[in-house]
Amino acid sequence: MSTMHFHLRLWKQKSGTDAGQFIEIDAKEIPSECSFLEMLDIVNNRMTREGKEPVAFESDCREGICGTCNMVINGVPQGPGRGAACQVYMRKFENGQTITVEPFRVGAFPIVKDLVVNRSAYDRIIRSGGFISEHTGGAPDASTTLIPKPVADAAMDAAACIGCGACAAACPNSSPMLFVGAKVTHLGILPQGQAERKSRARNMVRTMQEEGFGNCSNYYACEAVCPANVPASVIAMLNREYIRGELSEAVGAID
Amino acid sequence: MSSEATSSKKPCGCCWPIFSSSIGRKWVVALTGIILVLFVIGHLLGNLSIFAGPDAMNAYAAFLKSAGELLWVVRIGLIICVVLHIWFTITLWRENLAARPQKYAVKDHLSTTVYARLMRISGLTVLAFVIYHLAQFTWEAFNPDYKGWVDAQGRHDVYRMVVTAFQCPFVSGFYILAVGLLGMHLSHGIASLFQTLGITSKKMRPLFEQGGLVVAWLIFLGFASIPASVLLGLVKTTPVLPACPLCH
Repeated sequence: MSTMHFHLRLWKQKSGTDAGQFIEIDAKEIPSECSFLEMLDIVNNRMTREGKEPVAFESDCREGICGTCNMVINGVPQGPGRGAACQVYMRKFENGQTITVEPFRVGAFPIVKDLVVNRSAYDRIIRSGGFISEHTGGAPDASTTLIPKPVADAAMDAAACIGCGACAAACPNSSPMLFVGAKVTHLGILPQGQAERKSRARNMVRTMQEEGFGNCSNYYACEAVCPANVPASVIAMLNREYIRGELSEAVGAID
Repeated sequence: MSSEATSSKKPCGCCWPIFSSSIGRKWVVALTGIILVLFVIGHLLGNLSIFAGPDAMNAYAAFLKSAGELLWVVRIGLIICVVLHIWFTITLWRENLAARPQKYAVKDHLSTTVYARLMRISGLTVLAFVIYHLAQFTWEAFNPDYKGWVDAQGRHDVYRMVVTAFQCPFVSGFYILAVGLLGMHLSHGIASLFQTLGITSKKMRPLFEQGGLVVAWLIFLGFASIPASVLLGLVKTTPVLPACPLCH
């Protein structure tokens, strides 16, 4: 087992109203097979033993599927490589490297403490249209609703979104269009999602704006960091769906 | 449901929601962008008549002038496109700035291209150039002598005016710089409009991006070839006037 040494710059901020600043920590003797979060655990344990307050960060599954851990490592939301921050391993860094860890800098994600941000804005976007009004009940026969394989695959690719917020964090404009596009695509191309199809994109985009997110400039930074590999083509679908929905409403079209 | 998200930042209700929405305004920018790109291509093809000699270029210029009122319809249409294109971009940009109140300490450009990041700078420089360009060749404000130049057929001698102006390295230099920035603007703009209008897919996007780059390069090389040819002495006028319309 080899150990490594890092120079950390970690963001400390007491609360959303506090100014916050970086603290500099020399993280010595970190096992190279540690994940990034395990490294932070070690650093936090040492700080606790020294009577200092540890750096707050969120995590849950620690296997890259829940989207809870979110931080910006050396300017990259969710850290280098594909996957969430918990999937980043210390062996990927150079020994002695300076690593800067910041929270997501998105106005619509207010900072709670240190690296923890409140991503409820994404929940409110989902509540405004990212659902289907299907009644639950006895499972229908699988052959009742036929879905071509390419459509099912594309819907699954979009549904892979874990709502982690990295797209808005990576976007120079803090735009969540990859997240919104993923949901609009996932539900919009499946038969079950047709009932709300016209209003879905319209309502989700309106909520997105009300929450104070920015607008897409087709930079594709979102696609580069998305831990779920959601393609930016979902944004093209969202653009199409939105205009269709808005025009339908404007002219009073039912279908 | 979304009523819980009460906010004063609601899209304005007095105008058609499309024009206050994020995506609606981007559509306007994309659609006006298409018209402006088509104008740029048409303008380039017309300008290339300079390589066919003074007669061809002056005939082309006389043909444009003969359009009369139609010319003004086109001009006003283009001005409206420019105003909408810039106005909506500025309103979107202001929201984008407000959406990130605190910047990152460490910046990684990720997969963003330099063309995309320089859109505002390239666009506004091209706007400044267009105003200068109109003042130089349409209003003929820098060199009042231009107005009196006529060729053997009695047409305005546009060929002589253009060649004379481009003999000044500063005029040619600014022109080449401006069309270079125009090319950068279009390489992102052309590829981007397919995404904004939603007429692309995972498979098609790389093709649109490469296509946008190729078209942008062709437009740049096409425009830049004119001052370059004048500076290299490949396109000449008689008599050669050393006077620069800016310097003299």
